[in-house]
Amino acid sequence: MSGEEKRPIKILIGKPGLDGHDVGGKVVARALMDAGFEVIYTGLRKSPGEIAQRALDEGVDVIGLSSLAGAHIPFSKKLKGLLDQYGLSEKLWIIGGCIPDQDHAELKSIGLDGIFAGGTKLDEIVDFINANVGSKKEAS
Amino acid sequence: MIEVAEDGTKKVFNESGIEVQEVYTAADVEASGGIEFIGEPGQYPFTRGIHKEMYRKRAWTMRQYAGFGNPVETNKRFKYLIENGQTGLNVAFDLATQTGLDSDDVMAEGEVGRVGMAVDSLRDFEIAFDGIDLEKITVSLTINGSAAILIAMYLAMAEKRGYDLKNLRGTAQNDILKEFIGRGTWIFPVDPSVRLVGDTIEYCAEHAPKYSPVSVCGYHIRESGCNPAEEMAYAFCIAKAYADNVIARGMKVDEFANRLSYNFNIFGNLFEQVAKFRAGRSLWAKIIKEDYKAEDPKSMWLRMIAGGGGGGLTFEQAEVNIMRGAYYALISALSGAQTMALCSYDEAYTIPTEYSARVSLRTMQLLTEEMGMCETVDPLAGSYYVETMTNQMRKRMEEVMAEVDKEGGIIEMVRDGRIQAKVSSQAYGMTRNIESGAFPKVGVNCYRVDKEDEHEVEFHEYSEADTKLQTDSLAKVKAERDGAEVARCLDQLSEDAKAEINVMPAIMAAVKAYATVGEMTNALTAVYGHYEEPIRF
Repeated sequence: MSGEEKRPIKILIGKPGLDGHDVGGKVVARALMDAGFEVIYTGLRKSPGEIAQRALDEGVDVIGLSSLAGAHIPFSKKLKGLLDQYGLSEKLWIIGGCIPDQDHAELKSIGLDGIFAGGTKLDEIVDFINANVGSKKEAS
Repeated sequence: MIEVAEDGTKKVFNESGIEVQEVYTAADVEASGGIEFIGEPGQYPFTRGIHKEMYRKRAWTMRQYAGFGNPVETNKRFKYLIENGQTGLNVAFDLATQTGLDSDDVMAEGEVGRVGMAVDSLRDFEIAFDGIDLEKITVSLTINGSAAILIAMYLAMAEKRGYDLKNLRGTAQNDILKEFIGRGTWIFPVDPSVRLVGDTIEYCAEHAPKYSPVSVCGYHIRESGCNPAEEMAYAFCIAKAYADNVIARGMKVDEFANRLSYNFNIFGNLFEQVAKFRAGRSLWAKIIKEDYKAEDPKSMWLRMIAGGGGGGLTFEQAEVNIMRGAYYALISALSGAQTMALCSYDEAYTIPTEYSARVSLRTMQLLTEEMGMCETVDPLAGSYYVETMTNQMRKRMEEVMAEVDKEGGIIEMVRDGRIQAKVSSQAYGMTRNIESGAFPKVGVNCYRVDKEDEHEVEFHEYSEADTKLQTDSLAKVKAERDGAEVARCLDQLSEDAKAEINVMPAIMAAVKAYATVGEMTNALTAVYGHYEEPIRF
C-alpha cells in the first residue's frame, strides 16, 4: 500500500477456538481504533474457516488473532491452509496473548509475521503494523 | 492513583474512585455514616463476618483450582492436593466441556484436556472422584454454560456412590450472566440461560438442599476491567436477577438464599479490598433482609470464595507473583473469606503445575499456622481508615446498583452489550495507565529488569495421546449404553425445555442413561438456540 492512500489500515481481530479471554483482544482493538485503524472484532469462538472467510469478505489488510488458552499452534496451522486457499497469504498476520517463548519459532515457521506476548505495549503493535503492512507482498 | 493539582496539592484516589485522606480520625468514621453498620461478628448486618467465631472455629477452606487432561490424571492431582493438606477441590474443566461440546466434536480439536479435565459422560465423573470422600472434601465445579448438566452429573455420581443428596455439600459456579460480560463460556441466549440457573436453584433446594448451585462471580467482571466497588455491585445485581427468576416461580427467599454464594477478586489496594468485603457483607444482608424480606439470618450471609487475583499477576518477573499471591491471601484472610483459592505464580503463563499449586497451598498454610490469622475475628475493625472506607465503599456500591437499575437492569445491559463495552473501555483505560506509569505495577512500569530472566515455567503439554484416550473412552460409553433409553431421555429434555418447565429432572435422567454433554446441550439448543454475541465498543 502506498503512503499517499487515505484509506485507513483495516484489521480483523479474531478470537480463535473456544478461548473465552477477550479482555486483551478488545483492549488491542481499542488501541488500534485510537491509532486510526479500521477494526473488525469477530467476537468469541470462531473457527479457522469463519476467520478466513471474514478476512476475505471484509478485505482487511491485517489479520490478528488473540489467543490465551494454549490452542494457538493447532489453530494457526489450520488457518494457514485456509489463508493460502483464499489468496490471503500476503496479508500481514499477527498474534497476541499468552504465547510462550518456546512456541515463537514454530508460529513464525507457520507464517505468523508478528507475535505479541503478554507484556507488549499497545504502541508496539501499532508501530509494527504501520511499519510492515503491505510489505509482505513485495518481500515474497 | 495520585492526582496533583495546579497548586501542587496532592490528591489520592483508590480504584473505586474514593479519595484517600492523609489521616483518618473518629470524626471521619462519624461523617461517613458512623458505626451503625459494624455490629458484631455473626450478627446482622455481618460487616465483621458471617460467623461469631470465624477462623477460631475453622480456618477457611483451601481450594486450589485443578484439573487437566483426562479424568484419570485429574483424579491423581486431586489426591496429591488432598495429601498436601488441601481441604476442598476446585475442578477445572476443558473448554469443550465448558462450552457443551463432546471430546470428539470438530470444534474441540486441540482443546481436549488442555485447560482442565475433559468430561463427556457420567463415567468421567465416576473416574475423577473415585476414592475421594465427598463428605470430607467438598467439591466446587467451575462450570457455567453447561452447569446444569455437570451439576446433574455430580449429584448422580454421588447418589450412585450411596451418598444421601439431602446432606451433600458442594458448589457450582453456574453464574451465566457474568460469562456474557467476561470469561465467555456461554452457550444459549440470555433468557433461557438465566432460566437454566433458576432451574438448578429450584431443583437443588428441593433435592440437595445443602448444595450451593450458584456462586455469583464479581471476580471475572473485575478481571474484565471494572473497579472493586463495581465488582461487588454488579455481582449483587446478578444475584438479584437469579433471585427474581426463582421468586417469580413461587419460591420463597428463605428457601434458596442461604445456598447462594459468591466469588470475588482480591488484587489491588489492601485496604480498599478489605473495606469492599466488609461493606459488601452488610449491603447484601440489607438487600436480602429489607428488599427480599428474608427472615432466616443464613439467607443474609455473604458466603464467599476470594483470593484469586489473576489480573494482578504479571508476565514480567513472574517469581514476584509468589509474593503478590501471599499478600492476596493476607487480604482474603483479613476480609473473612470462607474459602480461598490463590492464583499460582505461573498463572500468566499456564495452568498450575503440581509445584506451583503446592506453593500456593503453603502460602495459605503460613497464614493459618504461623501468622496468627485464625486467632481473632475481623482484626482490622475499629481502624478509623478501614471503618470510614467500609462506609464509603458501601455507599459507592449502592450508587452503582442504582445506576444499573436506571439503565434497565443487569439483564438488559448484558443483552445489548452495554456493560461489556463499559468494562472493556475501563480495561483499556487501565492498560494505558499502566503503560504511562500513572498506575504503578512493579516489574512492569517500575523496577523493571533490562533482560527478563529465562523463565523456568513448566508447561502442561497438550497430548494427542490423551485426547485419543478420551475419545476412545467416549466411544466405549456410547457402545455400552442403552441407545434407545438415551434417545428417549434426550427427547424428553427437549420437550421439557419447550414447555418451559424445570429441565433438571430430564437432565438427571439423561445423565444416568450416560447421555453425553454434547448430546444434552444439543437437545437444549434445538429449543433455545445459540447466543449471538453483541459486538459493541
